[in-house]
Amino acid sequence: MINVNYRSISQINGPLLFVEGIENAAYNEIVTITMENGESRTGQVLESRKGIAVVQVFGSTLGMDTSRTRVRFTGSTARVAVSSDMLGRVFNGLALPIDSGPGIIGGEKIEIVGDAINPYSREEPSEFIETGISTIDGMNTLVRGQKLPIFSGSGLPHNQLAAQIARQAKVKGKDEGFAVIFGAMGITSEEANYFINEFRSTGAISRSVLFLNLSSDPSMERIILPRIALSTAEYLAYTENMHILVILTDMTNYCEALREISSAREEVPGRRGYPGYMYTDLSTIYERAGKIKGKSGSITQIPILTMPGDDITHPIPDLTGYITEGQIVLSRDLLRGGIYPPVNVLPSLSRLMNQGIGKGRTREDHRGVADQIYSAYANGRDLRSLSAIVGEEALSKNDRTYLSFATNYEKRYVNQALDEDRSIEETLDLGWELLSVLPESDMKRVKREHVSKYGRWSKEDALS
Amino acid sequence: MGTIVKVSGPVVVATAVENAKMYDVVRVSDLGLVGEIIKLSASEATIQVYEDTSGIRPGDKVENTGRPLSVELGPGLLKSIYDGIQRPLDVIREKSGDFIRRGLTAPPLDTTRKWEFKATARTGDTVSTGDIIGEVQETALINHKIMIPEGTQGKLETLQSGTYTVEEEIGSVKTEKGSVKLYLRQYWPVRNIRPVNRKLPPSEPLVTGQRVIDTFFPVAKGGTVAVPGPFGSGKTVVQHQLSKWADSDIVVYVGCGERGNEMTEILTTFPELLDPRSGKPLMERTVLIANTSNMPVAAREASIYTGISIAEYYRDMGYNIALMADSTSRWAEALREISGRLEEMPGEEGYPAYLGRKVSEFYERSGNAVIKSAEERNGSITIVGAVSPAGGDISEPVSQNTLRVTRVFWALDASLASRRHFPSINWLNSYSLYREGLSSWYNKSVSPEWSKTYATAMGILQKEAELQEIVQLVGYDALPEIEKATLDTARLIREDFLQQSAFDDIDTYCSLAKQSMMLTMITRFGELQSQAVEKGTLMSQIQGMNVRERISRMKEIKDQDFGKYYEDSMNEIMEAFVPLTGGVVKND
Repeated sequence: MINVNYRSISQINGPLLFVEGIENAAYNEIVTITMENGESRTGQVLESRKGIAVVQVFGSTLGMDTSRTRVRFTGSTARVAVSSDMLGRVFNGLALPIDSGPGIIGGEKIEIVGDAINPYSREEPSEFIETGISTIDGMNTLVRGQKLPIFSGSGLPHNQLAAQIARQAKVKGKDEGFAVIFGAMGITSEEANYFINEFRSTGAISRSVLFLNLSSDPSMERIILPRIALSTAEYLAYTENMHILVILTDMTNYCEALREISSAREEVPGRRGYPGYMYTDLSTIYERAGKIKGKSGSITQIPILTMPGDDITHPIPDLTGYITEGQIVLSRDLLRGGIYPPVNVLPSLSRLMNQGIGKGRTREDHRGVADQIYSAYANGRDLRSLSAIVGEEALSKNDRTYLSFATNYEKRYVNQALDEDRSIEETLDLGWELLSVLPESDMKRVKREHVSKYGRWSKEDALS
Repeated sequence: MGTIVKVSGPVVVATAVENAKMYDVVRVSDLGLVGEIIKLSASEATIQVYEDTSGIRPGDKVENTGRPLSVELGPGLLKSIYDGIQRPLDVIREKSGDFIRRGLTAPPLDTTRKWEFKATARTGDTVSTGDIIGEVQETALINHKIMIPEGTQGKLETLQSGTYTVEEEIGSVKTEKGSVKLYLRQYWPVRNIRPVNRKLPPSEPLVTGQRVIDTFFPVAKGGTVAVPGPFGSGKTVVQHQLSKWADSDIVVYVGCGERGNEMTEILTTFPELLDPRSGKPLMERTVLIANTSNMPVAAREASIYTGISIAEYYRDMGYNIALMADSTSRWAEALREISGRLEEMPGEEGYPAYLGRKVSEFYERSGNAVIKSAEERNGSITIVGAVSPAGGDISEPVSQNTLRVTRVFWALDASLASRRHFPSINWLNSYSLYREGLSSWYNKSVSPEWSKTYATAMGILQKEAELQEIVQLVGYDALPEIEKATLDTARLIREDFLQQSAFDDIDTYCSLAKQSMMLTMITRFGELQSQAVEKGTLMSQIQGMNVRERISRMKEIKDQDFGKYYEDSMNEIMEAFVPLTGGVVKND
């Protein structure tokens, strides 16, 4: 059957083909479609009935017809050939090279839909990754094996932030660097060029694999691109024992493509037209981050998504937040105030922070200082909106110090230069310095011995 | 043998399946994928498959096992980690490596392990369903009672103490239909409720060591709790804290469609944590069901039932069980996904019309029950179900259907979480319908002042919410001093009582006695403060008092030292206020 070409397409609907009169096709089987002019496309079986298959085409259906287009079933599910030769190269969404270099020869053929990691085999992520960015290291610490997305919006500098993380990320006391796998879905060529140049100019390209699907490329490729990227990552991490940082951008485009297929299949839509299985589908991407017992490699994921209308309750950020281990949220208000990176720490979170910080990892006072800043900054922000109504004069003296704390925090702690690489000690000390304008008796989140050890309050202040 | 005619994701349709009955378990294709019949017509059976169906094609075979989806019950359940259809993940790892391959099977209970069985019934005894005939020391904490399985009734022919595996015969019962063999192991179809004689009203609290829960929104043993909250509001931490510190005998933790790393966290921390009552590792009383979000969706649907069936089995031995389900929304989404593939007419937001029924059926399996057995004994199941509403908006169907049947509601609040007020249970929106009924227990067992202190504290918090609205309009400085005093007391309650760190060695668990003393100290301080203000003292003076430190240090004091700390602090506070209240400390 493998060599049989069928010319029995009964219907073409958007990216879907209905092929009839065939021998039984396997669910998720890969098919090759050849058009009259000799062009060919790849597709995948979405549903199989006796003699009928519904095929989803990766790529455009432009020029396909029902009588002369030939369909061939390959008999196998989607696989990709991976090898360490892929480092330093650029590929499209189907893993074909687009950098005018040679094709990948040899390599191991692996399924792109990876099996789930056995929860019993997972190792708890606990190695602190120093990104040199205070709002991440100090407040929402990233650890190896974590999946920590950036929730952004159109026009916000998420690309710069992701590039800065890729450039600066390191594990303290260890020399081993990261290899970066960059998967771009539906981004503009300008954005793609930014990343390529960024990787080239810093020399990071030699330890990177880039998969690019531009806005003009077929949207269906966006469905398999992250899976190919992650299969490559798994191979490099668990076979070649490397530490991999996977950056996926923009997950919003991925979800749009998912919705497109779902509507073409006439499925019952869930919220805002996205399919009901989007949570499960996204989890098969995000959950491929992690560490495995007894293996030295790891996969850390930083997916980027732009929240439509800056709405964090939109299904895409919402479902993502339920799967990932926290989120870094960018804010338009901070950007307007000239703050880079405009990370709003209040809705941001790293669920694995506790495992990666503290004595022996960062510093013993880390948890307390972060909590204290959170609480003081939240208070300061509340007072800022209050003072907009009642005026600053109506606030108590104590409240006014919180107000100025919030402003200073944004200007000095959140704000940093594009190439500024702050060590964790610098970040923590800066935190204590900023807190020192507040009364020492308000330091309820910090252990008392840490206040006396790291705090900047003089003895006289304590008595007054 | 049946033949597949259609494959669409996890749903497969087959013809000519032998003796197909609803909910029979089938094996699909040569890979032997596990599936369950969920719809039948004269010619076709619709099957939901618990594993990935890639590569399955029409024409592949389907074999009927003739049995409904069942759990294997017996010694060895504790300390295990299972997937949604009770496959032991540790054994699967040995077989297939770090990734879960398809079509693998493994017996849920170790068939080679020998257990020391002590018979407590004697040959010749008349026995019926649920009667205890012997016991096995399963872990250091739990004595596993061996019971007569459902539907067996008659005279014990043989029963012998000794060492057995779960597969070896331990005795037999002579029934009307002939002799029935007894084993340490028995089976139960997960979708059936294990029957009880009757249910009793819950009368004792499940003590959790979490202040906001025990003092403000307690749950009774045998009760039901809904914990809805947006992501990042701390649902999972609340569930973890409860499974660590709640005073139930056994904890069944169902990780249903959630993160893999969270299960790993339990697996790494529980064996090291010690139960505050027995001093034994917490893992000794825990069963884990892990069907993470990327594992097959149909098995996620089953995981809830697997968990509750195990819980019911231990309840029948007379134990108090706490079942954590994190998260029931993922389970509902699995229902929705399967329903969509079956092309059923959708109800609200695409969920099937029977969602409400399924949710209430599940919670109804909780309760404080008189066990079905000749001997009188009680056991209870408390269900704590996390709900993950889209966008944190609880008007969606899963939250609403859950709130209709649960009696306790812990409203997790994103704005509290973002200022790192944990546990972020909102004290104004949450409720517990057990509080009234349990107050006599608290007054008797903890402190006669319990109800009164609670009412005072809650009153202050409600007053604070009203005052905050005024502050929004006129500013803090425009408030009269006495109201500033109320705001200050409310802040003490929030910061020094309601906030509790799950990651601090001492603060992670707080005994009821300490909770009562802490709250008394704060409310007493509040009263003195108000009295002082009435005498003309300014709040700014009181706020500078060193004695306030006695309150802010409370969390750092160990349970056993707290009695003395409380006495000393109360005296110190009284003394400090003597000059401010005009020499007389009113003691009401």
